[in-house]
Parts: sequence; C-alpha cells; structure tokens
Amino acid sequence: MALSGIQIYKMLPRTNCKDCGFPTCLAFAMKLAAKQVELALCPHVSDESKAELAESSAPPIRLVTLSANGNSVKAGNEVVMFRHEKTFYNMPGLFLRVKDDLSPEAIKAAIAPAEAFKVNYVGIDLTMDGFAVESVSGDPATFAAAVKATRGATKRPLVLISGDAAVMAAGLEQLDGEAPLICSANSDNWEAMADLAKSHKAALTVSATSLDELAELTGKISAKGVEDLVLDPAFRQLNSSLIAATQIRRLALRKNFRALGYPMITFPGDAGDVGRVSVQAAQAIAKYAGFVVIDEFLPEMVYPLLVLRQNIYTDPQKPIQVQPGLYEINNPTADSPLLVTTNFSITYFSVANEVEGAGLPAWLLVTEAEGMSVLTAWAAGKFDSERIAKDVKRFGVAEKINKKQIVLPGHVAVLSGELEEDMPGWEIRVGPREAVDLPGFMRDAL
Amino acid sequence: MPIEIPKDKWPGSVREITLGATAADGGTRTSTVTVGGEKALPYMHFEAQMPHKPVIALEIRDRLPDDWSTLLLEHWGDTAKDPAAWAKAAEATGVELLQLTLSLTDADGNPNTPENAVAVVKSVLAATGLPLLVFGTGQAEMDNVLLVAVAEATQGERLVLGICEDKNYRTIVAAAMANGHLVNGRTPMDVNLSKQLNILISDMGLPMDRILMDPTTGALGYGIEYGFSVMERLRMAALQGDSMTQQPMLVTPGFEAWKTKESKVGKDVPAEWGDWLKRAIHWETMTATALIESGADIVVLRHPESVKRIRVAIDELSAVPEMA
Ligand code: B12
Ligand code: SF4
Repeated sequence: MALSGIQIYKMLPRTNCKDCGFPTCLAFAMKLAAKQVELALCPHVSDESKAELAESSAPPIRLVTLSANGNSVKAGNEVVMFRHEKTFYNMPGLFLRVKDDLSPEAIKAAIAPAEAFKVNYVGIDLTMDGFAVESVSGDPATFAAAVKATRGATKRPLVLISGDAAVMAAGLEQLDGEAPLICSANSDNWEAMADLAKSHKAALTVSATSLDELAELTGKISAKGVEDLVLDPAFRQLNSSLIAATQIRRLALRKNFRALGYPMITFPGDAGDVGRVSVQAAQAIAKYAGFVVIDEFLPEMVYPLLVLRQNIYTDPQKPIQVQPGLYEINNPTADSPLLVTTNFSITYFSVANEVEGAGLPAWLLVTEAEGMSVLTAWAAGKFDSERIAKDVKRFGVAEKINKKQIVLPGHVAVLSGELEEDMPGWEIRVGPREAVDLPGFMRDAL
Repeated sequence: MPIEIPKDKWPGSVREITLGATAADGGTRTSTVTVGGEKALPYMHFEAQMPHKPVIALEIRDRLPDDWSTLLLEHWGDTAKDPAAWAKAAEATGVELLQLTLSLTDADGNPNTPENAVAVVKSVLAATGLPLLVFGTGQAEMDNVLLVAVAEATQGERLVLGICEDKNYRTIVAAAMANGHLVNGRTPMDVNLSKQLNILISDMGLPMDRILMDPTTGALGYGIEYGFSVMERLRMAALQGDSMTQQPMLVTPGFEAWKTKESKVGKDVPAEWGDWLKRAIHWETMTATALIESGADIVVLRHPESVKRIRVAIDELSAVPEMA
C-alpha cells in the first residue's frame, strides 16, 4: 500500500542534511509520497528502509512486458478503477490465435493479413499486437512446427498455449531470446510450467475459476521466483468475467492484494459467434483486460475494437490534439482554397483525410481551440471569429494565398457575420456540415 | 483463508421509472417497461440485486429519413415509408420500446405540422402495443408546437417526450405534466448540467419518477470516451445518494454510430476497414456495449442485427452468475 509522507519521513535519517536537494527530510518525504522524486536522491537512507520503501512503492498491478524482435506489449501498472479518476495507461494487447491442427502453410496464411493490418485513426497507426499459438494436437513436434511457422510469419510477441509442459517446452525451444507469454499454469501443472517460465524468461498465465484458487497458485509460483504473471479468471460469460475482473482489480488497487496484483488475459475468441466475440472483446477493453485473444481476423471487427481501445485509454485530462498552424494538403498553390477547423485530433483528421483522399489541394488552418471539436469549441467560446482572425494573422495566412476567401465548417455558419467584421476584405464562405461532403463542395462551389 | 472481496456499500439508488400505460392505468399499451432501481454499479450482482435489466428501443421515423445510411434504408425497405408498418416491423425484432423521431419537414420540404405529428403518433400507437418515446425534430420552436399537440392527443399513455433540453424544457415538461407523460432530459455530456436540468424539471412540479436523463454520448471513435465517463460519474453520484442524479439513463448509440463515416460510407474508404455492413453493425454494437457497461438503462438502436447482439449481451450480463 502506498505510504503517506509522514510514514516515509519516519524511515528517513531525519537529519535535514539537504543532500537530496530539499530543505528537510520531511519535504523530501512529501515529494516521495507524491511520486515526484526518486529515493536514490538521499544518499543516507538505510538498507532496511530502502527495502521497505521499494516494497511499498511497487505498483499494485505488476507491469508485464512481452517482447520479441524489438516489439513489445505491456500490460499492468494501472492505478484506477475508472478512467475519470486519472487515466488508464497500458492498452490491452490484441492477439490472434492460431491452432496447431493447421499446417504450417495454413498458419502463415492465417497470420499474414493480420500481420499486415495497419489502419490510421486520428494520426495513430493501429495494428495487431501479437499472435497466440495453441496446441490442440498435444504433440510436441507438431506444436514446435506451428510455433516455428508463426514466428516465421510475424515479428510480434507471441503467446503459447498448452497445458502440457512437454508440449510447451518444445514450443519454447523455437523462441530464442524473446519474452513470450505461456498459457496456462493450473493446480495440476503449475510446478512444471513455472520451471519453464523461469528457464525461458517467459511470462506465465495462471488460470483458475475461483479467485481463492488463483491467489493460492500465484503465491506458490511467485515463491518459486516467477514474478511476471498474468491472470486468467477462466470465466467465459460476460457477467462472471466482468465481476471477476472487477474484483481482481479492486483487490489489487484498494487492498494492495499482491497475490492478484497482475494483469489479466481474456479469450473472447472462445465465444465463437461473431456477435458474442465482438461484445466480449469490447467489454474486455472497457473493463480491465491486459491481453485480449481472438480467433478470427476480421478487419471490420478489429478496427472498431482498436478504436475503442484508443478511446478508453485516452487521458481524460488532455484530449488528443494536433498542433495549431497552417497545414498544407496535396501541395496547395496560392490559388488553392483555405479551410478552417479546430485542433481536436478527430476533427482535424476527419477533414484532412477527406480532402487528401479526394486529391484536392487546400490550405487547412487549424486554430488553437484547446483540443475541442468544432461545436464543443464553439459552445465553449474557443472557436469564435476573434480567434480565427487572430490565427489567420499569427500563421501569416494572407501571405500564402491570392484570394482572400475562407471556408467555415457548416456547423458554425452563425460565425460568418462576425467574421466578416473581424476580417474586413475577406470573403467568408460556409462549407458543408460534415467533412464527408467537403470534396463535393470544393469541386462544385469553390 | 478465503479472500475477502471488497464490496461497495452505496447509500443511494436509482429511481424506478415505468414507461407506457396499459388500459388499467389509463393508456392503451399492451405492455409497460420499468427501468432503474439499481443499488450498485452495473452488473455487480455480488453487491446488490439488479431489479430491472436495461432495455432496447428501436428508432423509427415519421417518414423516410433523408440522412440515414443507405444500409439502414436498404434493410427496412418499403416499411420505412409507413410509420405504422415500420413500428410493427420494429416490434417484431423483440425490442421493448419504440422511439419515434419527428422530422422537420415532409418529403417535399414543407414544414411538419402538429396535425401530421399527431396522426403519425396515433398510427404508431395503433400498430403496436409497446410503450413509445416521441422525440422532436431538434429545433426547439418546432418541437414546442409538435410535441405539445402530440402530448394532448395521447393523454395518459405515459409516452416519453424528448428531447427536453435547457432551451425548451418548460414547454415540454408542462405538456408532460398536464397529460400524464414522461420526459427525456438531455444535456451535453456534463455531470453538473444533467443534475441542473433535473432540478429545473422537478422544480416545475413533474414527479421525479417521470424523468429520464440523457447525458448525450458520442460514437465510437467520435467522443464515446466522454460519454462513457460522464455516465460512470453520474451513476456513482446517484449511488452516493445525490438525489438529483438518480434518474435512469437513456442514450442513443444508434443515432451516434450511424452518423459516422465508418457506417455511412462504403466506397473509397481504406480496405482495412473491412466489410461495410458488418463494420457498421460492429460500430453500433460496440458503441452500445460500452454504454451498457457504464450504466445505460435504455439504449436506442437502429439496426435489428445490433438489437440481436445487444439483447444477448444484456441477458448475459443481467443474469446472476453462480459465482456471485
Ligand atoms: C465529445 C463532446 C464533448 C467533449 C469534448 C470533446 C472535444 N475534445 O472536443 C466534452 C464532454 C468535454 C464536451 C464538453 C462540452 N460540450 Co460537447 N459535445 C461532444 C459531442 C458528443 C461530440 C463532439 C465530437 O467530438 N464530434 C466529432 C468531431 C469530429 O466533430 P466536429 O469537430 O464537428 O467535426 C465534424 C464537422 O464539423 C466537420 N468539419 C470540421 N471542420 C471542418 C471544416 C470545414 C471547412 C468543413 C466544411 C467541415 C468541417 O467535419 C467533422 C466530421 O464530419 C457533441 C455531440 C455530438 N454527438 O456530436 C457535443 C456538443 C458539441 N457539446 C456541446 C456543448 C454545449 C458542450 C459544453 C459547452 C457543455 C458545457 N456547458 O459544459 C462543453 C464545452 C467544453 C468546455 N467548456 O470545456 C453541444 C454544442 C451545442 C451547440 N450546438 O452549441 C453538443 C453539440 C451537444 C449538444 N447536442 O448539445 N463535449
Ligand atoms: S538527503 Fe536524506 S537525510 Fe538528507 S535531508 Fe534529504 S532526506 Fe534527509
């Protein structure tokens, strides 16, 4: 549990020597409690206090990192139950599972489109995070071949799935120098799995259908020195998995309950039917999963899932924004039209993508609107004629274009009157309300 | 030693609200719907029983919409030309509620009239036995005229009149009060604004068990995170005992999701977006899923396939699992 400034103070030398750069030990303790400084700044702290402070400052949910070939996926280190309390940090990794009843060629073919998948959302490239290989054959050689085929088809981190330690060992042999996740340790196989995790520096999933059993297992496994654990509260229904995920997160955050202070993995792919898979995956993203495994790569489902993940993990304190300025789209000339919008990322990219996609050259003036959408900014007084006029001057727009004409978003048509007054000599045009209609408007009306 | 699960003990609860009235209660509906009553965060069955499941409404229009995705128009086909037929088809999808939206103009561009609005609402009420929500055009002046006429002509039905916002709530609330209806109070994604509107409405004398709260939402990719968090915060405020936030929440993921480019446009979009219709359904379903997780009591949808998926999700979430 996080210690208060006073509790920390009691563990410091209390000499007020100032070597840490703070006037008193208490001042330094307060900064430590607020996690604004590192303990290492105090050269005089005893080893005993050091250990105690390190233990108490360990994150309530352990950070687990899977890595391969320079790619990594992180889960854990979350500090709140609800995103509005601060923010969620490590987005759940999305993995596609293949099974070893497929031939190596079929595995490569299944992986290729998911591996290549890349879609741009507000300037961010969304991709799959990795792949899972499951042994259904129960045969070490078959599993090894499947893992090898998978590794040949992707450079991303892997999850290996088999309850049989001999099979798992054969799979792990194929992965040298990387940190995969292996699935799963249960009450029967945990010792062998823990040994494998240890010798291959793999993270280990622990699976059980009761939290008591889960906690007991993680306790035994971590006592063996395997610390990078991932929990699979193996419920496959929306209600039970939501409750389990909530209870685990609460125990970790509120009670600092170490035995369940690990990220979680979910398997929506098990639901089979695409309607249920998509809903379970969406719930997992909104409610606390660290890794999400699906069985079928469907771009029309993966794209919205990744967007949802992006949205839920946006820091509520700062909307994703772009730098205000005068943007060039498709190499505009002095005769190209001038459009104006706000600096909310979603807004900017909706407009820029339409115009760019249509191949039309244009100048896009992105005004300082504190990262708000057109209507939000307008309602909040951050996108008014005064600001637009100011940014037209600030970014030297008049020097770049011949015709003094500016196109407003249709939603703020009401601004045109004022803008005419604030920008004498300019022609104010009102564009369509939605960006989708911009190319048509630019072709026909400008 | 078994783990002691931390349980939230909330002093407050959400109000129960019944939509629609049967003949016994002065209406003509064959069924009514009760929402609300939650005493814990959504689906935390181990803390409190959830008295009512969230419900699904389908949105229909008083005439063929001009601005809907062609995917929706293709799906509904000719039924969308006749509100009564549309209502019947919507009822057949198994939803508990219908939400009828009035248009600003008729198909030829003439302004909508109270006579027309009343006729359409009556034909929809005659066509189905489901409780009905009637939303105006979104233009306050027009809505004042249309919704008052509708409210008077359907006295006692316990319709939900919307959208009741800060600029027009007086008229709508007065009409609801005088004619035995409910209102849907909408505010733009802000906890304090929701609360304030509830206060204003109840100050006029409308009982709190006739007010739904619509905190507004954004679609997936277009601001859903704000809606999600505002709903979580509102629900927590309600459970903490803040009386003016204890209304069941209605949101319109169908309207929001079907406005996005991902649902509206099938041509000249990145190949990575995948199949258009399937993507659009995912857009609506995932938007709705996130909102159900954050406390929605009523979700208004547009496509029957999404209704099917959200129905399964709600049933699964609302069932008390063995573990709890
Ligand atoms: C998310 C949201 C918020 C978020 C902020 C998100 C953000 N970073 O901007 C939060 C919750 C913080 C918020 C707050 C408020 N909001 Co708000 N919010 C919304 C919401 C739900 C979505 C906005 C959005 O992101 N749209 C998506 C973007 C991409 O749209 P866009 O910027 O308009 O861009 C499109 C078009 O305008 C066009 N376009 C853009 N640029 C250009 C340029 C040209 C040349 C052309 C032709 C077209 C074009 O292309 C884009 C795609 O089509 C809307 C309602 C809704 N469902 O739409 C309300 C809404 C915008 N909010 C509203 C209000 C009133 C507010 C508040 C003032 C409420 C309050 N009093 O607290 C505050 C103000 C903020 C503040 N004081 O700090 C109102 C505005 C009403 C009005 N007509 O004036 C709305 C419409 C809700 C409503 N129905 O009442 N809001
Ligand atoms: S360096 Fe250590 S002992 Fe010296 S003032 Fe800072 S905290 Fe106290």
